Amino acid sequence: MGLLTGLRDSIARVTERLFSASDPKRIGIYGPPNAGKTTLANRIARDWTGDAIGPESHVPHETRRARRKENVEIERNGRTVTIDIVDTPGVTTKVDYKEFLEHDIDEEDAVRRSREATEGVAEAMHWLREDVDGVIYVLDSTEDPFTQVNTMLIGIIESQDLPVLILANKTDLDDSNVKRIEDAFPQHRTIPLSALEGDNMDEVYDRIAEYFG
Amino acid sequence: MIEMPEVTPTDAEDGVQIDLISGARMEEMASMEKVRLILDGVRDGNIVILEEGLSPNEESKLIEVTMTEISPDEFNGIEIETYPRSETADRSFLDRLMGRESTKKLTVIGPANQIQTLHKDENLISALVSRK
Repeated sequence: MGLLTGLRDSIARVTERLFSASDPKRIGIYGPPNAGKTTLANRIARDWTGDAIGPESHVPHETRRARRKENVEIERNGRTVTIDIVDTPGVTTKVDYKEFLEHDIDEEDAVRRSREATEGVAEAMHWLREDVDGVIYVLDSTEDPFTQVNTMLIGIIESQDLPVLILANKTDLDDSNVKRIEDAFPQHRTIPLSALEGDNMDEVYDRIAEYFG
Repeated sequence: MIEMPEVTPTDAEDGVQIDLISGARMEEMASMEKVRLILDGVRDGNIVILEEGLSPNEESKLIEVTMTEISPDEFNGIEIETYPRSETADRSFLDRLMGRESTKKLTVIGPANQIQTLHKDENLISALVSRK
């Protein structure tokens, strides 16, 4: 009886592993507000599925809910890697509704947006702790990477032992500085790109297949 | 939870209260107790300095709880500063296996509308603190 139970358990474990290995990995796109996370998510989704994920904007906190695009099949060197992309709201430790007023948004709408933004950040943190298998960390390469949010988020990702790729976005802008990002996170692979222009996306897809396939 | 210093309300209005919390005191607390201690202090307008900081998981919870408490014209969130060194990357294999986390890093937390970082590098954090 004990032998049979043991055998049944080990068959169940092997079956589970076989299926979980073929399940698409959930890859969270994380980073501070306005780094270009949705632009990247839309670029990946359009390149491989033909659809976009969500609206892009210069106004911070445009993405206020985590959005998932399922079964994105990326073909690399004759093999296919299937991932679910989760575009998350930009992470911050503070939200002041008055900042929205500077973008021609009226007060009532600004208060509503700030409330949604705070809910979105809390949701993004929850996804990071519970529901993603890997992380694409997007940074604006024209900005200083040594911020508290970046330090904390990379620390949180490392403590979860999640595979992470760092993308130095906005290389199409004159003051882009990729080396500053490489120096800030030397323990991780940094890939330069312009999600807006589609520059260097081939390398991004190669690395996605390598890290998350 | 922290005993209030013996000052009159008039004195308190003139200054900014700073709570320096030792590693020993934090060690006895559960994650949510630490988050609560920090946010209660910060929401009163105090600057909270932790001798040994928080673990990555606690930092994640601190961000999440902070977000749920933000409300217009009342609380805009927190400013938090630690040295930008990834302590988890220094953990040995055994530490990781045992779930031990080396997170001993001085951490400063304050209300977002009262504390402003002036300079930050690997060894120095310089911040400007203003009254409410």
